[in-house]
Amino acid sequence: MSTSATKAPREVKKTPRAVNRVGYRARAQRREAIGLVVPALLPIIIFSVIPLVSGVALGFTDATLRRNAEINFIGFGNFIELLGDHRFWGSFGIGIVWAGSVALLTLICAMGLALLLNSDLRLKGLTRVLALIPWAMPPVVIAIVWRMIYNPNSGPLNGVLESVGIPGVNWLGDFSTALPAVIVVGVWAGIPQTTVLLLAGMQSVSSEQHEAAAVDGAGAFRRFWHITLPSLRPIIFAVTALDFIWQFNSFGLIYVLTEGGPGGRTMIPPLFTYLEAFRNREIGYASAMGDVLVIAIMLILSLYLVNQFRQTKGARS
Amino acid sequence: MNFKRPWYATVLMYTALTAFLLFLGFPLLWLLSASFKSSAELNSLAVNLLPAVWDFSNYGSALERQNLLPAAGNSLMVSLATMIITVLLSMPMAYALARLKGRLRAAGTIWILTSQVFPSILIIIPLFLVLRSIGLNDTLLGLILVYVTFTLPFTLWMLQGYVAAIPVELEEAGEMDGASRITILRTIILPLLAPGLVATAMFTFVSAWNEFFLALVLLQSPELYTLPIALRSFLGAEGQTQLGPLAAGAILATIPSLIIFTILQKKLTGGMLAGAVKG
Repeated sequence: MSTSATKAPREVKKTPRAVNRVGYRARAQRREAIGLVVPALLPIIIFSVIPLVSGVALGFTDATLRRNAEINFIGFGNFIELLGDHRFWGSFGIGIVWAGSVALLTLICAMGLALLLNSDLRLKGLTRVLALIPWAMPPVVIAIVWRMIYNPNSGPLNGVLESVGIPGVNWLGDFSTALPAVIVVGVWAGIPQTTVLLLAGMQSVSSEQHEAAAVDGAGAFRRFWHITLPSLRPIIFAVTALDFIWQFNSFGLIYVLTEGGPGGRTMIPPLFTYLEAFRNREIGYASAMGDVLVIAIMLILSLYLVNQFRQTKGARS
Repeated sequence: MNFKRPWYATVLMYTALTAFLLFLGFPLLWLLSASFKSSAELNSLAVNLLPAVWDFSNYGSALERQNLLPAAGNSLMVSLATMIITVLLSMPMAYALARLKGRLRAAGTIWILTSQVFPSILIIIPLFLVLRSIGLNDTLLGLILVYVTFTLPFTLWMLQGYVAAIPVELEEAGEMDGASRITILRTIILPLLAPGLVATAMFTFVSAWNEFFLALVLLQSPELYTLPIALRSFLGAEGQTQLGPLAAGAILATIPSLIIFTILQKKLTGGMLAGAVKG
């Protein structure tokens, strides 16, 4: 509909009658478009735009979950209080470490796996099938599986350690191992999707380029560095950015694994905010935290974007 | 690609592949084997992938004693309803979004992308207040409405990609032949869009089936629990003694998503890749 609507006026400037006819048609088409958009736009506005905007706005109020509580506008009060809230900023730092390491480690592992799957090895089929399963699993199930693996008294990890004489570790309960243990689970859950996306990208790289480089005597590593990697750059960029956002906002996996413990060592911001809103019932303050998180993500993303853009320009010139 | 590879490179590659296989596969095998183990064996540190004694009672007790069957029913109902409502709502909008040019399309796209950045917690708080004020918190209907809200942006994005892939010329040809807009949509667009609709519907079903956070916030009554919440609640309540039924329940909860995912895999990655390149 759009093409005919934009092309039509140019063709018809010759006779006034035609102008009228087309003007009528364009208007009819516009009406049709509005007829299509409105029924779909309404639920989006009701269910998506309004909640988001009011969620952002709640951050500027003293709203609580208590029944019949008054909601007062308090300006930047929450944000000023938040500035001095060490627990929140501690949680924020854990969130950055968690999302950053999961996104980065997932990228590295997935890149390795995709390279292996893209070569002429056996066992590829099996690996492909295996790699799909964690992707389909509900996060709660992933967390249950890994709680079994990490279980200090009956888990296979400690079982193997003790059979070779190393004392077992309380992986999810120890201050020093909890965050790394949780990150490993995040990577395990993230590998499938990233691998499939990278693999799809690799298969679109022409093999002629590789063959030409091989003839010229470039080794596998140089071919990867100078041919595969540059052509994958847009995909790598999109995938890591998305991974980072998803992990930063993820909830279920860590909630079921550790509930933020031990001693808040795995208290990522969504968990912290959830507890503030639904356990302490301070939804105004919790919304303010949400606002800060959105701004932080956008800042990090734009920094990443600018940096990537510069690198691409540098690589081309 | 067949390049001559030195033998040590081949060895290295197979070592790496085996490491990946172990890392990805072992937890899954462990879950499967735990679902057939007796509780005595599950509470020991012995690392056996094959149970010493095969115990098939875990599946039965997961379904009966732990209320997983009603929870599965709740999950199925919520996921199906979310799927149907989301697809019906996003069809006209996706068509309009794909075919429109100009400001409305740009605004729509920007909205869809930004809504992905916002943490769920920021959206669920006001939704919770609204649902509570109309008495829909702690109901499955309220949960369905919330799921529709959260899946709509992504399904719209997916679906408009499928619409954009259908050449406009086909519609123009229909128009030339005097077909009305409704006829064109029904006889030309809808059949061509069918695979995209199926993929979108399946995606919506799986995301509702797997969802945890929103259900945790909205559902308080145990009889309304969806599968993920029910699984999580029996993890907390029973501790380690019930690991066998828990593993069995976890496997049962994964099967529907797994089946759909296998079918969906190629389509989904294709669509996401297109989005990634465009965005």
